Amino acid sequence: MTDLRFMVRQLVRNPLSLAGIILIFIFAVIAIFAPLIAPTPAGHGDPYMIPRDGFSATPALPSQQHLFGTTEGQYDIFYGVVWGTRSAFRVGLVVIGVVVVIGIVLGSIAGYFGGVIDEVIMRITDIFLAFPALILAMALVTVMQPSLTSVMIALIVVSWPSYARLIRGDILQVREEDYIEASRGLGASNARVIIRHALPNAIYPTLIMASLDIGAVVLSAAALSFLGLGAPEGYADWGQLTAFARNWIVGPSSDPLRYWFAVAIPGLFILFFVLGWNLLGDAFRDILDPRLARR
Amino acid sequence: MELRAYIVRRLLLLIPVLFGVTLFIFGLTMLFSPIERASLYVRSPRQMANIPEIIETYGLDRPFYVQYGTWINQVFHGNLGWSTVAHMPVLDAIWAFLPATLELAIFCTPIIILAGIFLGTQAAAHKDKPIDHVSRVAAIAGWSLPTFWLGLVLLMVFYGAFNGLLPPDRLGHQMSIVVNSGDFVRYTHINTLDAILNLNGPVLVDALRHLILPVATLSIVSVAFIMRLTRSSMLESLGKGYILTARAKGLAERVVVNKHARRNALIPVITVSGYVFAGLANGVVITETIFTFKGVGWWEAQAALRLDIASILGFALFNAGLFVLINLIVDILYTRVDPRVRLGGVMQ
Repeated sequence: MTDLRFMVRQLVRNPLSLAGIILIFIFAVIAIFAPLIAPTPAGHGDPYMIPRDGFSATPALPSQQHLFGTTEGQYDIFYGVVWGTRSAFRVGLVVIGVVVVIGIVLGSIAGYFGGVIDEVIMRITDIFLAFPALILAMALVTVMQPSLTSVMIALIVVSWPSYARLIRGDILQVREEDYIEASRGLGASNARVIIRHALPNAIYPTLIMASLDIGAVVLSAAALSFLGLGAPEGYADWGQLTAFARNWIVGPSSDPLRYWFAVAIPGLFILFFVLGWNLLGDAFRDILDPRLARR
Repeated sequence: MELRAYIVRRLLLLIPVLFGVTLFIFGLTMLFSPIERASLYVRSPRQMANIPEIIETYGLDRPFYVQYGTWINQVFHGNLGWSTVAHMPVLDAIWAFLPATLELAIFCTPIIILAGIFLGTQAAAHKDKPIDHVSRVAAIAGWSLPTFWLGLVLLMVFYGAFNGLLPPDRLGHQMSIVVNSGDFVRYTHINTLDAILNLNGPVLVDALRHLILPVATLSIVSVAFIMRLTRSSMLESLGKGYILTARAKGLAERVVVNKHARRNALIPVITVSGYVFAGLANGVVITETIFTFKGVGWWEAQAALRLDIASILGFALFNAGLFVLINLIVDILYTRVDPRVRLGGVMQ
């Protein structure tokens, strides 16, 4: 655990990773207190559906009533980005959570037992890794009918193979260690050896890196949403809010940047959210990289 | 093992992967009813009028393995079905849209690789100096940028605020007419190349004007990856004994960095070119959609929106084949670049 304390100290001392921690913290606060920051109007049904103020297509400038203005279809941008934070966390956490579990189970089985099982699992990962990720995800979402759930399932399907491989590699490294042999010699079951001895010694770095992939997952989900393959229309989702602004990147000729807020604000939320995770991830990579450890 | 034996072995190993890929894609089609699946087999819209006949001909109500056999046979004969978005067979659509995407790739790849290697070297050579910090922050920001948003912002500024300076689409209205007129020979359908071959200056200028923003969007997002990889690989190589030797000999720092360190540091960079391709394949879908740059990516996004299953799956299959092939070429290149890599080595 001294390792952990050392790691935390390194992270807080580095201005970049500290900025990452602060960003993630701010987004977590926004997500938790969404009902207070952007209260759902009385009589409005599902809080995740953005309230509309009329049906006109033209975005309305920021005002007292709509802090960040409204986008195409009079969806309130402020409400959308605040509640969209919850959608982002949900997509990221669910996808990474499931993927890590699948990766641990299949990766440790493949790495620990080796032989035919390993070969079969690795050839299956080959099949999934033969596709560029976004293209496979698009095909899957299309086949399953576009929805937020389809997006999450598609992202799980395209991301589990890399994790299974990483964790398999970690397990392979410790498989021949003496303490594994010792525990086997004492008559421990395979499951016990894997769970108690192999995993704890092998996968912490992988797990940390995986959790920091939340940013990348949210980025892919936003891209799918932007293409119209995500949440239903009006759902609080950053990718969709950006898509609403597509027709408004050029304002009237007298004021070409008139609707900048509809384009910029949802995108900035995505950017800073992903940036937070990546800043932290980059610092971790340096701390965990054994080749750079002594420099 | 000899190089030829190695290549043969790798090609044989591809067979199970490609078999799995086709099985997986075909499995996806089984989620649809035989009527919906008919579009995977027809070659013209007229055939769609008689769906029961197609179901009969291709045995769409027969057991899975029989249908798989029929389908894979069609695929081998180049029949990937009918694209309702492109109004042509899927394979023809891929060939029709590919030149535009190729044009993007031709401009992006050198920019991404050269800029990435150059910036990565600079960052490593000046580790912990301002240039390292700036390039690091820029790289992290670069790969946190949503491609689609970056594209929109660039359009907003260079098309909106600068009054149509750098427009979307592949060519302006006037130049499209020139290109499609009889006098202009379309050798490759790659606009810039055709313009040069036809010695047509205005078309070349217009085509380049339309290329700047999509190329910038794709490059900015991808360059960070190569740059960070070069940096860490350079740092490792700069810590080696032969660098100390080179410095002790009194060689200029520039020679030490560019010759001794970088040549060895580039090996891992080559191995990830496969990832660069995957990144481009993913990136063009978004970039082409935003800039209505009508290549395969644009077509793919349209197909997804209109539930054009034949196009989506055909394109995924095409990409998987291409990706696997590129990875193979990269592996072979790798053995040429680094003689230490033993060909018989374990393959993951």
